[in-house]
Amino acid sequence: MTEELKSNGHCETVSVDDEPTAGVVGSKDMTAELCALAPIGMLAELTHRCPLQCGYCSNPIELERVNNELTTEEWCSVMRQAGEMGILQVHLSGGEPTARKDLEDIVSAASEAGLYSNLITAAVTLKRDRLEDLAKRGLDHVQISFQDVDAANAERIGAYPGATQKKLDVARWVVEMGLPLTVNAPIHRQNIHNVGRYIDLALELGAQRLEIAHVQYYGWAFLNRAALIPTYEQTIQSIDLVENARERLKGVLTIDMVVPDYYAKRPKPCMGGWGKGFMNITPAGKVLPCHAAESIPELHFDNVRDRKLLDIWMNSDAFNAFRGTDWMKEPCRSCAFKEIDFGGCRCQAMAMTADPRNTDPACALSPYHGEMVALAKTEAAKPATEFVYRNPRNAAEALKTQDETLVPAE
Amino acid sequence: MTGTTTSPGRLIVDRETRPKLPPYLKLRHDAGRGRWVLLAPERVLTPDQTAVAVLQLCDGTRTVEEIAAKLAEEYSAPVDVITADVLDLLQGLADKGYVKA
Repeated sequence: MTEELKSNGHCETVSVDDEPTAGVVGSKDMTAELCALAPIGMLAELTHRCPLQCGYCSNPIELERVNNELTTEEWCSVMRQAGEMGILQVHLSGGEPTARKDLEDIVSAASEAGLYSNLITAAVTLKRDRLEDLAKRGLDHVQISFQDVDAANAERIGAYPGATQKKLDVARWVVEMGLPLTVNAPIHRQNIHNVGRYIDLALELGAQRLEIAHVQYYGWAFLNRAALIPTYEQTIQSIDLVENARERLKGVLTIDMVVPDYYAKRPKPCMGGWGKGFMNITPAGKVLPCHAAESIPELHFDNVRDRKLLDIWMNSDAFNAFRGTDWMKEPCRSCAFKEIDFGGCRCQAMAMTADPRNTDPACALSPYHGEMVALAKTEAAKPATEFVYRNPRNAAEALKTQDETLVPAE
Repeated sequence: MTGTTTSPGRLIVDRETRPKLPPYLKLRHDAGRGRWVLLAPERVLTPDQTAVAVLQLCDGTRTVEEIAAKLAEEYSAPVDVITADVLDLLQGLADKGYVKA
């Protein structure tokens, strides 16, 4: 990603990705300038309802109920406030955003607020006339997830028979209507052999962009890690393949890649820094610095029903908790990279070490790193476990059990 | 930078190219930040004054040569320098899929 984003003198690029953990990434100076006063990206999780049941979902295990969802007017107000405070892009996501019958009104509000709107959809229930209406209302971009390029495997992963044909239909309508299309490829051990064919699919559909999104282990994906995590060798091979394709397809297809970090030496600059350029709104209106932030029990999250978005961004405890570098412990505190990777991911530190102030165990300097790599290698070497499909019944079951954390090196 | 790949569909920008922005890009002034931004799928591009001046002339009818001549006149700058700069800028953007012809 670094190579692709580098400056060409007169026009720099900053990525505003919907992927959990990717967030806002670009050159340090430009990102700092753009985000000096306000975030530039917002992920609006309109609902947790979803026709698919993918075990790699990054939603929290505890799914929000329909009757707690924000109303149409509340979402429209969020869009207006976002535009006023300087947010530039909104990702309309979920769950499945088209499950909201008022998506049209929300898109109109986003468009009127000057936001560049990205619809992140599974596309299995989207009809052509609805898509046309959304485009007329100012929808700017459509991203469609494909669980695999092999239909049978895709439909097993998503637990939705007939999904592939529906997705292909919608993808073709998107292109026919002149909207830009992103093919989203959530990559894990059960489809990693098809990375090359995903590239072919994106080209065949006329997509502008392909996201090779290696699963990040949060929420449901953390629960299903042993069913998902690829081997080190598979991971490296897939990254090489993408890097070669990028060069070959320059000017034809943009390929973004979110790489898995269990095998990394340096942690990802999660969200481009906590509370720096990105915010996330849950279906019930809670405002989070990232997708998975609710997994940190000590944090309290304000709600758009009670406070203005800008006030939450600037003054809320949750956004200030890990802003900047003052919160850091060693080895982050004295690290030369602390302004580059921000110590990695707070949620991963929480999940793996039980302390969100610890260095992300993806970092080789973390005392937990060796154990994390060993855990990944051990899980990947064993046969994949059965998926715990993402649905309310499995959520209730999963919430009864507690996860174990790692023990640091002596 | 140019000519290193042979992928079909890659736009090689030269003096005769008539560049244009695809309809899904939005070049707009961001009042709060006091600067121009080019909004693309999950990207924010930050054109400087020069890039904005170039992009505003990319209407699909003017050639790169005409764009460079216009800017050279406007900024009283040598046309060769401007042309090289415009070619470099547009090729960079074309390689990211942001400029078509």
